[in-house]
Amino acid sequence: MTKDECKQVVLDIVADIAPDEDLSNVKPDVRLRDQLQLDSMDFLDIVMELRKRHSIEVPEADYIQLASLDSCANYLTPKFNALSAKS
Amino acid sequence: MKASRIVITGVGLTAPNGNSLAEFRANLLKGVAGIERIEIRYMGQQLAGVCHYDPLRHQTKKEVRVGTRAGSISVYCAREAIADSKVDWAAQPKDRVGIYIGCTEHGNVETENEIYNISKFNYDTKFWSHYHNPRTVANNPAGEASLNLGVTGPAYTIGAACAAGNLGLIHAAQMLRLGEVDFALCGGVSESIHTFGIFAGFKSQNALATHADPHKASRPFDKARNGIVVSEGGCLYTLERLEDAQARGAKIYGEIAGYHVNSDASDYVLPNPVRQAECVRASIRRAGLEPKDIHIVNTHATATPLGDIQECEAIRAVFGEGCPETSINNTKSYIGHCMGAAGALELAGNLPSFDDLTVHPTINVDDLDPACALPGLVLNQPRKVAKVDTILNNSFGMLGINSTLIVKRFAP
Repeated sequence: MTKDECKQVVLDIVADIAPDEDLSNVKPDVRLRDQLQLDSMDFLDIVMELRKRHSIEVPEADYIQLASLDSCANYLTPKFNALSAKS
Repeated sequence: MKASRIVITGVGLTAPNGNSLAEFRANLLKGVAGIERIEIRYMGQQLAGVCHYDPLRHQTKKEVRVGTRAGSISVYCAREAIADSKVDWAAQPKDRVGIYIGCTEHGNVETENEIYNISKFNYDTKFWSHYHNPRTVANNPAGEASLNLGVTGPAYTIGAACAAGNLGLIHAAQMLRLGEVDFALCGGVSESIHTFGIFAGFKSQNALATHADPHKASRPFDKARNGIVVSEGGCLYTLERLEDAQARGAKIYGEIAGYHVNSDASDYVLPNPVRQAECVRASIRRAGLEPKDIHIVNTHATATPLGDIQECEAIRAVFGEGCPETSINNTKSYIGHCMGAAGALELAGNLPSFDDLTVHPTINVDDLDPACALPGLVLNQPRKVAKVDTILNNSFGMLGINSTLIVKRFAP
């Protein structure tokens, strides 16, 4: 998986948990919370959906890595690739 | 201390056959029921009353996703009631508004959904939703309304089985009289059709209605009645002290004249006609009236073989033969049993009688059960009457809770 593909995975999840938001111009280097109406429960949704849809676990200490699309891609892409290497 | 007079100044509702009072009333007079078949988890197709309001009229997509169906119904009804009351909502001090919502049950829907969800993950509870607790707390329906409306006054639910709709109004009247709030949103809501447990429970009790024609399935007082049609719905009112309503020139639908709540203390599920009659009598006494002064009695009857007979026994004991101006009807024959919303919705369906002097009938009575034959029972066709100054609304619930509410025509 590329980092761009990883960002799309995250955006697909955000589209479901924040259905009123326009995601066409999300800036990858800006915190998601600073450009979208997302609260702490929504971030728990992102964690849950990564777990449910992709079997990716994000420990609480790493939640900060989900702050922006860029940080998501940096953090999650190796996890996705490690998972696909295993399977 | 002289009690303040409490008046109804707005109505917001969603029922299986209407999403406003005007639509609901028109269908009650036209004999239009609102029952359909829906898929219930583990049980297949079942009869149910489903509301078809637009949740996005007053909520964002995210509010609908995060919240509960009961919360959504509360928001819809509250917003519609406020609009109907024509109160200047922006100027209304939100810390002086109370939200009091009756519920039969709350939390079953989300709990069942989550258990079903984790069943897909080998019952691993790490897949259990973090929304479970805010969705299942008993105050959820009122809390969601407070969030949507920015109400910072008291907002909570009142658990009273199927008597709950009346209890919402009664409690609001009490809080207004105590001066705890200046403006109340009150009534009842139900999301019960989204839980298989309530259907399965009634089925195990042999109390779940069946019929080839969904619209004929809910038939209180008919000899062939065979149980309850489970429905969802909601109805919230705006209640105010008379002086406040008059000061702003509000339309007044009617005045809370009397009420009573009591308990059977006799059985988990079987009604007790003696206690029901006591409840009705006490409400009439509190209103300063006599049985002959009641012009419409809206029954609770749910179309169970025994329950209908017992309520009729209670009504017969109170009204007997000496109340020629008393008409008796039932609204569940159109919409099924809206549980916590039933009392509030059924009252709303009768309020326009003050203006049109017409009593909506009980429909689906093809063969009246002689044990349910009451003088004044309005069957299958609306009845024009000379006078409607009082409406008495019965709502009873499991564990033996009885409630009766009387609303009278407003006269300054």
